[in-house]
Amino acid sequence: MADFDQELDASGLNCPLPILRAKKTLAGMEAGQVLHIIATDPGSVKDFEAFAKQTGNELMESKEEGGKFHFLIKKA
Amino acid sequence: MEEKKLAIIATKGSLDWAYPPFILSSTAAALGYEVEIFFTFYGLQLLKKKLDLEVTPLGNPGMPMPMAMDKWFPVILTALPGMQAMMTGMMKKKMADKGVASLEELRELCQEADVKLIACQMTVDLFDMNPSDFIDGIEYAGAARFFEFAGESDICLYI
Repeated sequence: MADFDQELDASGLNCPLPILRAKKTLAGMEAGQVLHIIATDPGSVKDFEAFAKQTGNELMESKEEGGKFHFLIKKA
Repeated sequence: MEEKKLAIIATKGSLDWAYPPFILSSTAAALGYEVEIFFTFYGLQLLKKKLDLEVTPLGNPGMPMPMAMDKWFPVILTALPGMQAMMTGMMKKKMADKGVASLEELRELCQEADVKLIACQMTVDLFDMNPSDFIDGIEYAGAARFFEFAGESDICLYI
């Protein structure tokens, strides 16, 4: 996994909390910085794709590893 | 990106139906939408400081019940005293176990994200509700006020 500036562990949280927490964390970051999100909600895979598409933040990576979902989002 | 608008009318005051307005609003706000919710009739329960909402199995054949009771438990017995409280307790526990946010948390997230919450003044008068029972930061208005926003919304939902 590429480098990131901040990490958010949303494990155990269900829709829509991972998205809401990610949005909040991104709000405190600089443009160009990368946020690593860890989630266990299977719905978060499609949700983060949709979040990136609609907010303009880039979803650089999305993968499943060890039963958890990992996302890298670069703040626009 | 031009800001999209979501307008919702929230009409229901049960624990299960309290979720859609707050989930959709908080999510839409996170996606950059401007959001307003107009609470009318039983939906006004969702604005109370102390949320005391319940879920009922009565007249709700789609509700999954513990021990598959929805398959064999006689419908008429769901009207027994205590059933509603029991089902509410079980539902709340299930939600907490599955990491579903509490309504209080979702509502707070909505307010933090500047989702505008509007209480139907007519309903407040009709049921002699006390504004001091409601949370701060809400607006009291009528149907015309809703249309002012809903008329230019991209999505308009009646829940």
